[in-house]
Amino acid sequence: MKVKNISVEELKEIAIEMRKTAVTMIHKAQSGHPGGSLSAADLMTALYFKEMNIDPNNPNWEDRDRFVLSKGHVCPIQYSALALKGYVPYETIYTLREYGSPFQGHPDMKKCPGIDISTGSLGQGLSCGVGMAIAGKRDKKSYRVFSLLGDGECQEGQIWEAAQTAVKYQLDNLVVFVDNNRLQIDGFTDEIMPLQDIEKKFEVFGFETKRIDGHSMEEIVETLDEVRVAKNGKPKCIVMDTVKGKGVSYMEDVAEWHGVAPNDEEYKQAIGEISGGLK
Amino acid sequence: MSILEKTLTTKKATREAFGDEIVKLGKENKDIYVIDVDIAKSCKTSNFIKQLPDQHINVGIAEQNAAGLAAGLATTGKIPFVSTYAVFGSLRMAEQIRQEVCYPNLNVKIACSHGGLTPANDGGSHQAIEDMGVLRSFPNMTVIMGADYYSTRKLVEQAAKMYGPVYLRFTRDTVPMIYDENEEFTIGKAKKLQEGSDIAIIANGDTLRLAIEATKELEKQGISVKLLDMHTIKPLDRDAVVECLNVGKIITVEDHNILNGLGSAVCEVVAEEGKGKVSRVGVQDQFGQSAPYEKLLELNGITVENIINTAKEMLQ
Repeated sequence: MKVKNISVEELKEIAIEMRKTAVTMIHKAQSGHPGGSLSAADLMTALYFKEMNIDPNNPNWEDRDRFVLSKGHVCPIQYSALALKGYVPYETIYTLREYGSPFQGHPDMKKCPGIDISTGSLGQGLSCGVGMAIAGKRDKKSYRVFSLLGDGECQEGQIWEAAQTAVKYQLDNLVVFVDNNRLQIDGFTDEIMPLQDIEKKFEVFGFETKRIDGHSMEEIVETLDEVRVAKNGKPKCIVMDTVKGKGVSYMEDVAEWHGVAPNDEEYKQAIGEISGGLK
Repeated sequence: MSILEKTLTTKKATREAFGDEIVKLGKENKDIYVIDVDIAKSCKTSNFIKQLPDQHINVGIAEQNAAGLAAGLATTGKIPFVSTYAVFGSLRMAEQIRQEVCYPNLNVKIACSHGGLTPANDGGSHQAIEDMGVLRSFPNMTVIMGADYYSTRKLVEQAAKMYGPVYLRFTRDTVPMIYDENEEFTIGKAKKLQEGSDIAIIANGDTLRLAIEATKELEKQGISVKLLDMHTIKPLDRDAVVECLNVGKIITVEDHNILNGLGSAVCEVVAEEGKGKVSRVGVQDQFGQSAPYEKLLELNGITVENIINTAKEMLQ
């Protein structure tokens, strides 16, 4: 496992670029999902710029770590990572959701390098990640599989089918993150369909779990360090307490910013706020 | 000896063909995987489990997960066969097959026993009458039902060797062994059993045996029948259907709803060609019930007698 030598401070700087890039592409497209993209930004930065063993010049390298964006609608933040890493020219961000773009409305592995599986229909990605992790075990490969779920997405039953399979097949090469931003399209998850204690749920399924502040780069990096060495036959689940729209004051904790694009004025304000870093 | 001259005495379920062929394929290629959903015994994958445990996964009663897991395996170069019953393989897993298998065009095979009315005593809940129609409407998907043991083995082998999603449908119950072991089959190419000039019968799966019997009887009565085994309904062998238009009148026979299956696929070609006439013999857009298999066929007019009468009516 090759982990890049990069400081928390440097990662925080990159997280600013990640957020700016995501908001910029959504503003240009006037379409997309900013709220969840921003809540996942810090984890995505740590994964793509430190933790994952990947090669932008060889996106289909068979020993690479895999990433499955089960909550596929927040692909702008993954596209930001791919653009900043050089999987595609940076200017690709200005083609989000346009005809012929590798940056489809939801991730399409056939159109975009660096996408390990197409997603978009909630609840389905984790099963694919489980399949990749089983293949890694059976082939005695050292790659790992990282998957990001939404908390609202955990209302889908298939998530739990996949979870029990990960435990049965002792997939300690699988790391699941839940972006626990407490909001879904129609409102707070507690009102729409309460999830109870997501961490405890994964724990009783047999995962090794941890709950962290999903916007603390220090905690994220520390957790990834712990997870890396824990080869104990158990899949891992990290529940990250996050804020939907994090980094843009008027988007924070507002369900309406799930899937709308900022106008020019809002965009200017967003870029200004993001540039200052997380408070 | 032509197939029509054979006396069809030996019978075997086509799910047995899958069970036997998949072991052979798995031994030849370690990338072949079987994913079971708790019904391995019934789907005839028990031998595979015994002989190739490292290529086997059982996810329990969780079909949706099975389809997604197969997609994940396929991204790493494996060739997974998800093995279940047709009613679940086509419907419970339908969206997962669409999103994670067909949309990214991954090399996943859906291998389903209990096709059509063959799970007869299980009742209407378990009889898959719409499965091939559902799967036929997904881009990138190939849809196949072999008529007997040997043809099914050959088609399973070819499905494993071609790239892309394939839906394979098998019978629960035994059906006569129609073909010899050495008969060759090509996915997407109809098998012509007999040339004829008065009427064309296009059948597939467990109803091919009925079409053969009807053909024999019609021939006895002086009616010349062209008979095709259309084991692949997608991609449909369009040329073979167009050739039937020289005969002009076509009967389709299938153990599937007359909507969206073989009959519909043939009608699409015939309508586009703007000539010819089709009569569809199949499930009459109604659910089944617990009953002997032959009784269920009879309730839908999927019988030798009805094929003969339909032919005569069309020739009047």
